[in-house]
Amino acid sequence: MLSIYGSALDVPNILKEWYEEEAHSNYGAFIPFVGTVRSEDGIDGLSFDIYEPILNRWFKSWQDKAELLGATIKMAHSKGDVMLHESSYIAAVFSPKRKVALSLINEFVEDFKACAPIWKYDLKEGKRIYALERSTAIKGSGILGVKK
Amino acid sequence: MVKVEFLGPIQKEPLELEIRNLNELANILREDAQMQEWLENSAVAVNDTLVSSLDVDLKDGDRVSLLPPVCGG
Repeated sequence: MLSIYGSALDVPNILKEWYEEEAHSNYGAFIPFVGTVRSEDGIDGLSFDIYEPILNRWFKSWQDKAELLGATIKMAHSKGDVMLHESSYIAAVFSPKRKVALSLINEFVEDFKACAPIWKYDLKEGKRIYALERSTAIKGSGILGVKK
Repeated sequence: MVKVEFLGPIQKEPLELEIRNLNELANILREDAQMQEWLENSAVAVNDTLVSSLDVDLKDGDRVSLLPPVCGG
């Protein structure tokens, strides 16, 4: 399940919903990761753009991978502005056993950072500034660049 | 006609181009001063599938997207 919200995430309710959805699915482990906006470099918050068609395809490939391991992945992300100490990202893995969930949440979040088509901006002094230095070029980038 | 979209922080309106492949698109964008900072670090998708080379033919109605560096979370 992938959910996009137009505001900061209501973390307690989302985690409660996910927990209740899988309460009788016979999973032995539920490992959530919650990303919260920290005070850093004078920012007032963060803002996000998302390209949903490719995000949906990317997420589906992870759902399929999790399914082969008997696990399931859920993810929620904000688009637009998220202010300090609010949360913009939750990912969670449910699996029969602890080790699969711990390993999968790490792989999933790393791949999310490298591939998910989401762009982050710092909100600072009324401006929305693209966080280029913290961003990662997607694998295969640069093919349109100047011929070497 | 092929539609070319510029995603995220690339502040550029979509283009509608008569092009037959990604090489032709590369030649057009390399002449665009506004795009110079993005061509070396952007990924390319055709009809929402990422591609890894310019050897891709395009047909009428195809959509090409440029995806600059990402940072979710």
